[in-house]
Amino acid sequence: MTTTTSPPVTDTSHVLEVADLSVSFRTEGGTVSAVDKVDLRLDAGEIVGIVGESGCGKSVMAMALAGLLPASAHVTGSARLDGSELLGAKESTLRRIRGRDIAYIFQEPMTSLNPVLTVGRQIGEVLQAHEQLSRARARTRAIELMNLVGIPSAHERVDTYPHQMSGGLRQRVVIAMAVACGPKVLVADEPTTALDVTVQAGILNVLRDLRNGLGTSILFITHDLGVIADIADRVVVMYAGRVVESAPVQDLFDDPRHRYTAGLLQASPKPDRYAGSDRLQEIPGLVPVLSTHPDACTFADRCANASAQCRTSEPPLVGYAGEPQGDHLAACWHPNISGHEENAEER
Amino acid sequence: MTAVRSTQGSSGDVPALEVEDLKMHFGPVRAVDGFSLTLPQGQLTALVGESGSGKTTVGRCVVRLLEPTSGSVKVGGVDMTHLSRRQVRHHDARVSMVFQDPAGSLNPRMLVGDIIAEPLRMGRERLSASRRSARVTAELGRVGLGAEVAYRYAHELSGGQRQRVSIARALISSPSLLIADEPTSALDVSVQASVLNLLADLQRDIGFACLFITHDLSAVEYLADEVAVMYLGQIVEMRPREQIFAAPAHPYTQALLAAAPVADPAVQKRRDPVILGDDLPSPSDPPSGCRFHTRCPLAFDLCTTQIPELRTVPGGVAACHLVQPDGTGSELLGGSERRHI
Repeated sequence: MTTTTSPPVTDTSHVLEVADLSVSFRTEGGTVSAVDKVDLRLDAGEIVGIVGESGCGKSVMAMALAGLLPASAHVTGSARLDGSELLGAKESTLRRIRGRDIAYIFQEPMTSLNPVLTVGRQIGEVLQAHEQLSRARARTRAIELMNLVGIPSAHERVDTYPHQMSGGLRQRVVIAMAVACGPKVLVADEPTTALDVTVQAGILNVLRDLRNGLGTSILFITHDLGVIADIADRVVVMYAGRVVESAPVQDLFDDPRHRYTAGLLQASPKPDRYAGSDRLQEIPGLVPVLSTHPDACTFADRCANASAQCRTSEPPLVGYAGEPQGDHLAACWHPNISGHEENAEER
Repeated sequence: MTAVRSTQGSSGDVPALEVEDLKMHFGPVRAVDGFSLTLPQGQLTALVGESGSGKTTVGRCVVRLLEPTSGSVKVGGVDMTHLSRRQVRHHDARVSMVFQDPAGSLNPRMLVGDIIAEPLRMGRERLSASRRSARVTAELGRVGLGAEVAYRYAHELSGGQRQRVSIARALISSPSLLIADEPTSALDVSVQASVLNLLADLQRDIGFACLFITHDLSAVEYLADEVAVMYLGQIVEMRPREQIFAAPAHPYTQALLAAAPVADPAVQKRRDPVILGDDLPSPSDPPSGCRFHTRCPLAFDLCTTQIPELRTVPGGVAACHLVQPDGTGSELLGGSERRHI
């Protein structure tokens, strides 16, 4: 026996604990399963990266946490923020929690900002709503927050409108709004994808500083492995709605266990790869759209190592030989373990 | 017309593309402002820069989707800027373009086969329907798609398949020059890999020259022979791939490379990206002197007043007052913090 089941996610020291979270949508074409039994934890001051390709369920999973999904979404499972259950909570409760305890940053800052209000008013609004500050106090606090996220000459820019700012500054305004009430958890969904790399580097630094200075825990969602390598402490890889691997960032890149993770890393251009001498490894096929939760590995059809077992039995998310209690988990019947290929076959 | 025809048999030493002092102004906005580049036959040059640097505008001027304000664009030795629309269309057989968003650049109401065949119908060649269909099948095979795809619509295909269709359409007229504008930016990592591999294979096998416009530096490092870095409508550095990635000379190139995260946590931990500040200055009112001086940590008096010429550095050119002929003198970072350690 080389495997062990993962420890149950019940420890209350985690800021955010997600257990058995599933989301499905009713559509004209029938039910579509977007998220399937996801377990996740986020510790205080930790940055966890959620990585996966489009359609893997990473954004849906994050939006389900604070009840941001439309009515057509069917959400089951549990998500506890500092011990209190978010899923199924009353709308009035959620409205108190959103922005105060859990805040979101999305990809496109322009769609998160109101074009007819000055940025100072918008940042202040959060404080007026949650902390009952007067408008004047909120404005002062807005300037402080704009300084905090590195907006130059904040006392002048507080009275400008979003369209008068560059994309990078707008995203900083969105971050200032998100951290205005000192949330325990910040969900950043592709916050730098729409930005240039030079601007992205600045935004990543702001988020890191917020973690270091305020101890904010961050759930960082991205498809970009370079960004993950830069900012995450721990990484969760999602595929077709499921978590397929979870590991500290260095372990994941050095020693990817799940065949999908390994494939993703092999598919990414890196400084030492050149088309003249090297080839990017392709992952054949497409991400499946699932209506049910099959008792099988959802990657099996695209995996070169798949066996009959992979198609008839869902692999559990577990640690492996020698480190059953470790924090490197993978849901694969034939994991990629350097030097243990044969052993893996026997499992 | 005769001029166009005569180039069809031109020898290999005529560059695939020669752009000279290209300017494209939209009212006060100087999107491209004095851009020159020579692309030899069969070479892949990547054009990189931030959004607003003018790289896409250059590509559009080359295929004459835009009429440049001034300057000249020669494709295979023929000055495209002085051809009539009709001549351009016939000449288009030699230049093709692949766009970023395959869904937006493929007609949703046409069958894939008709989309791919369209350049043949627009060109000078007159082909029978059966010959056309044979060419389409061959082209689909070349980009790794089955012949049955010809009878589908674009919306029935995945993003990666659609981009393969765009590439097939671009290549069916046997172009000597392909303009690829962010061809992989809208695709997922695993699909991106297959499109990058395909481009590399086709370019090696067919031997067309390619201007690869992108902001994705890892794709550039994988694919490019030469790299041209644009800033506010001008080239600031142009050098072969190995040299520019190993020892970027221009401070802007250095900042750009340092800011692009690499999929390796150990490298990222060691790195200290240079933060340039958010604002790319407005292209309608570019800074005096060196256009990069407002964001450059090394800028001094001369940079604010005098425009730096492109100077010779190992392998190519860089436009910086500080750079020396050996490519040094303008380092933003200490040697140990360079990208390749």
